[in-house]
Amino acid sequence: MPRKVRPRVAVWKFASCDGCQLSVLDCEDELLAIADAIEIANFPEASSTLVAGPYDLSLVEGSITTPHDAEKIREVRAQSRVLITIGACATAGGIQALRNFAHVEEFTRAVYARPEYISTLATSTAIRDHVPVDFELRGCPISKEQLVEVISAYLGGRAPNVPTESVCIECKRRGQVCVVVAHGTPCLGPVTQTGCGAICPSFHRGCYGCFGPQDTTNTESLSNRLRMLGMDGPTLHRFYRTFNAAAPAFKAASDAADGGHA
Amino acid sequence: MTERTIAVEYISRVEGEGALRVRLAGDKVEDVELRIFEPPRFFEAFLRGRNYAEAPDITARICGICPVAYQMSAVHSMEKAIGISVGGQLRALRRLLYCGEWIESHALHIYLLHAPDFLGYPDAIQLAKDHRPAVERGLKLKKVGNRLMQILGGREIHPVNVRVGGFYRCPSREELDALVPSLEEALTLAEETVRFTATLNFPDVEEDYEFVSLQHDEEYPLNEGRIASSRGLSIPVERYSEEFEEIHAPYSHALQSVRKHGGSYLVGPLARYALNYGRLSPRATSIAKEVGLERVVKNPYRSIIVRGVETVYAVEEALRIIRQYRLPDAPFVPPPSTIPAGEGCAATEAPRGLLYHHYRLQKGGLIETARIVPPTSQNQKRIEDDVRHVVTRSLAMSDAQLTDACEKAIRNYDPCISCATHFLKLTIERT
Repeated sequence: MPRKVRPRVAVWKFASCDGCQLSVLDCEDELLAIADAIEIANFPEASSTLVAGPYDLSLVEGSITTPHDAEKIREVRAQSRVLITIGACATAGGIQALRNFAHVEEFTRAVYARPEYISTLATSTAIRDHVPVDFELRGCPISKEQLVEVISAYLGGRAPNVPTESVCIECKRRGQVCVVVAHGTPCLGPVTQTGCGAICPSFHRGCYGCFGPQDTTNTESLSNRLRMLGMDGPTLHRFYRTFNAAAPAFKAASDAADGGHA
Repeated sequence: MTERTIAVEYISRVEGEGALRVRLAGDKVEDVELRIFEPPRFFEAFLRGRNYAEAPDITARICGICPVAYQMSAVHSMEKAIGISVGGQLRALRRLLYCGEWIESHALHIYLLHAPDFLGYPDAIQLAKDHRPAVERGLKLKKVGNRLMQILGGREIHPVNVRVGGFYRCPSREELDALVPSLEEALTLAEETVRFTATLNFPDVEEDYEFVSLQHDEEYPLNEGRIASSRGLSIPVERYSEEFEEIHAPYSHALQSVRKHGGSYLVGPLARYALNYGRLSPRATSIAKEVGLERVVKNPYRSIIVRGVETVYAVEEALRIIRQYRLPDAPFVPPPSTIPAGEGCAATEAPRGLLYHHYRLQKGGLIETARIVPPTSQNQKRIEDDVRHVVTRSLAMSDAQLTDACEKAIRNYDPCISCATHFLKLTIERT
């Protein structure tokens, strides 16, 4: 019987911190088994071997922030049967999407002495704003358990089992005391998608929204509660504007809060 | 005269996107340009107007490989700015978290990124086909570092438990005690790592480095110390800007750090080891002696052994901290009730070298200015110097061999281009 052809997998990087693709290498127990099951054809952070496409599966990290990257993602899509984005940068533009609310020319002048050398777009945008995406894995960073599940699912031709409920549900399931109710600690858990394991409340701090807005979120109600806890407008505004600032539900919630600035 | 151009279009097995271009005219190296084409992310710009307490979580996102380094340089800077100081067990716990990052990051670089160069493989997966026990040892060691960060920080990438003043929650004795068996095993694995790396074949070269690292009277430096150099510098971190500057080289659009009135310098394991040898732990010192590691290592390829020795140190230090641990009365030192205007800076030792932060705060605690100088930007000019020497020594090589040799010289530094890019002046030139 001929040896089964291993699916060809590529990992791509756009504007990001490398943390989500590091999650692949952080699968210490599974890494060598994964490498037996698939052909890692393009993963420059981990290998000098770069095999040309097409690819059965592409994992895409990072957001689109330069004209060059806007072109490159189209090439990646064209070579990929399945394209999965990994992490908050790729699914919502990441922390660098804070430029979307500012003047990028001013940002460039603030950081670089020779702004004319900088080639950048005015926005940091999600991959799906540029090409069709088959699945989006949330998180800043992603959960490696969810990553293994998604890779297995797509290679096995089934839908991935990735829950979309809120952090609150997972927090309750872990039997943790609610930090809002018990301590009045501001928490984005009620409006944030689960996946992290509700770790912040387990460390007595409020969720800060790494996995982005949950599907059926009620940010207005949460914002009212946070105001009742004494949070002022600018703080509330910033609370929604972090690693998923450009995700529509968080963007709307931050716009509704009194930021005290544009 | 024949012109020859060596180009590495995408440097693999490093964190981030970089390229190298070397131009030769006959036997003369005309220029060496390490280009960073990683897109800019503007951290220093969008930190302005954020609350001081947000800096550790935001700056962690500069680098997924060394988030703890960013969190540590940020919290120490902010504590100076608002006038609080953190000591005792909270200080020890910060060292413990940093040990986790050193173990994880060094194991990653030694086994998954660097070792394949010496043994002739494109990556660790291929390496594992012939050297499975070695790769498995690396993964096991890396996992112990990650586990330490999970217990203390909540997760290994972008830990959630670090705050200005200390932690959100301190671990219980039981939580830390549970780590002891795996750390004890890791100590053996780390020693085997040093023995393994010492058997590799190294090119016979030495460079005349100016080493720069933190130096501390009592301990191998992680979170604090004076900034020292192998050429006699010893200054408090507050004077960093007086002694180091960023220059704009004519052949490159990237900012490079240099010593004022001097040249390039090197930060990272070789520098820390040379300047703090006497403060290594007992097992780290004895393993260095056992494999005959020189007191000062000037061969950049042998940095892989030094990373191994530092891993032994980090594991031993983690065990020491856990054994003396007592739960502190409070998980953090509270900030003053009103935050005055002020400024603060700090440098800590990221796995790849000195990481400097400086912030100016407005009254009330919003950030007015932020400046971050990552280790890779400080090493950038030194990397170019090393590459120039490699090329000069190896002119007889074919372009393909020379390209490979240059890429290896860069990988010695464990460069993190994702870190370096956010402040570099760069041109996006893709070929």
